[in-house]
Amino acid sequence: MAPIAIDAQALLQSTYSILPEILVVATALFVLFVDLILPEENKRVLCGVSIIGVALSLFAVFSMGPARISGFSGAVVHDGLGAFFEIVILSACALTLLMATGYSEWEGTHKGEFYSLLLLSTSGMMFMAKGTDLMTVFLGLETLSIPIYVLVGFHRNRMSSIEGALKYFLLGAFASGFLLYGIALIYAVSGTTKIPQLAAMLLDASLAGNPMFLAGAGLLLVGLAFKVSLVPFHMWTPDAYEGAPTLVTAFMSAAVKAAAFAALIRFLLLALPGMQPAMGKILWILAVLTMTVGNLSALRQDNVKRMLAYSSIAHAGYILVGMVSGDVLGGQASLFYLLVYAFMNIGAFGVVMLIAQKEDEGYDIGNFAGIGFRYPVLGALLTLFLVSLGGIPPTAGFIGKFYLFSAAVKNGYIGLAVIGVLNSAVSIYYYLRLVVYMYMMPAGAEAPAPRPPRVAFSLALCASAAVVLVLGILPRSVLEFAERSVLSLLM
Amino acid sequence: MANFLSTIQFSDPYFSVLLLLAIALVMSVGFVFLSQALGPKRYDRVKYSVYECGVDPFTPASVRVSVKFYLVALLFILFDLEAAFLYPWAVLYRELGLFGLVEMGIFILILLAGLIYAWKKGALEWQ
Repeated sequence: MAPIAIDAQALLQSTYSILPEILVVATALFVLFVDLILPEENKRVLCGVSIIGVALSLFAVFSMGPARISGFSGAVVHDGLGAFFEIVILSACALTLLMATGYSEWEGTHKGEFYSLLLLSTSGMMFMAKGTDLMTVFLGLETLSIPIYVLVGFHRNRMSSIEGALKYFLLGAFASGFLLYGIALIYAVSGTTKIPQLAAMLLDASLAGNPMFLAGAGLLLVGLAFKVSLVPFHMWTPDAYEGAPTLVTAFMSAAVKAAAFAALIRFLLLALPGMQPAMGKILWILAVLTMTVGNLSALRQDNVKRMLAYSSIAHAGYILVGMVSGDVLGGQASLFYLLVYAFMNIGAFGVVMLIAQKEDEGYDIGNFAGIGFRYPVLGALLTLFLVSLGGIPPTAGFIGKFYLFSAAVKNGYIGLAVIGVLNSAVSIYYYLRLVVYMYMMPAGAEAPAPRPPRVAFSLALCASAAVVLVLGILPRSVLEFAERSVLSLLM
Repeated sequence: MANFLSTIQFSDPYFSVLLLLAIALVMSVGFVFLSQALGPKRYDRVKYSVYECGVDPFTPASVRVSVKFYLVALLFILFDLEAAFLYPWAVLYRELGLFGLVEMGIFILILLAGLIYAWKKGALEWQ
């Protein structure tokens, strides 16, 4: 056999197309090794190194721009959509790392593994956002999941942490199986795992009615729906979110969701035109179920962390509303909402973890009584994030919901929009209930003071608050970026 | 019935898969019921004892296994998989040339990093 010619040009371009991921993985490996030789009291350096790595990666994403760079024979592509989600995921990772400076010391999670696991998981998410081949999506999903399972169980001595990790791991393994089986069935009928080729074949209508393809697409949807916790694949969410260290919960709720939605958007926006109206109906039902079950369950929670876990289920439902029609307007609204959601949710978890102090019982809603007037800055910040989660102007959460529901109305899904708005109204009850506790309930006799945040922690909270406020008033530039990102996919 | 049979396309490439599935199902379920129906049933002390190559069991079967074994097993899987990846490279060694050598070098270096990490963390010590 003749030697296989290696195209140096293509190899360089392929390497360049995954430059942000390479930076994150290299940082993770570096942190892992510095951890071995670093004495116990200097572990804070690791956090700093991780933040620098993530910042470099963000810089690489920005400098690469929205230009389309395809790599590894079409297994990954750096395009507008990939860049948008990389920015969301890396921002979530950076906020988590900034908060880790204080949190890890309180909770005794100050170990080098924490940072490298977080970074490795981030790299998996970025690959998932960029994968144009279903196999890349699957590999990204596994790379993101395995470190997250470990991180959920990072509090080895807390029963709830281990319980959450085990539940998440077992159900997650099943979901991966569903996804892989779906990919196998799709490959069996079409002979390809590349998403653009699948989309082209779907438009030829030869594939759309094939029962084996429909089964494959359904299984694929189940696998991804599990990761974004759509009802009825949400059972693991409350336990895993409540048991995980709060910092990990904040990261999971924002970044894992963004990565799985990235893969879902890439698949749905390209494939949906050939699969309407059947797929649209399924997504409609999933969106309505997710919003309603998430919000109604959150109503009854007295544990703030669990309440936020159910609220994150509901938010996955809102984001899905934008994808039902599979057009640019809805996709753009979903992207914008995912970005806003990452900042407001991590911000809310950040304030809550300062106030709660202790895992498990610290998150009882009674502990939040009287916080508002005794600690005005914390109270105001948490109120801002909750108001944004509820979707009240002038916050970014309102703008996000407005675009999601108006896209639904414009595409003729008026019933869906009405159900969404009603759900939003229900959600305001439990968000404002916490605000009422903070401002209108007297503090308990031995109410403990919140922890004083470190500088980096305060920086993360301020950045989140700034994004929520600025995007609430001036959303145009980010909305346009989201629109360009979706359009880059359809070109 | 004849009408139904005529709709089956025997030339379909997936027909053999379907056939295999049907035969596998019939055989596996069939054997369970056959052994239940035809097997002689003699229950005595020996029959109920734990099977350990015909020898009387020394200890109860449900003992707790030390976590150290899991660690070794995990490391074994890791480096065993590495070896599995080396075979295809070895087969195509000449064709891949320098590119393959460099690529596999990077791959093995990253795995070596894992080995050093496990070593430094004391995963290789049996204590």
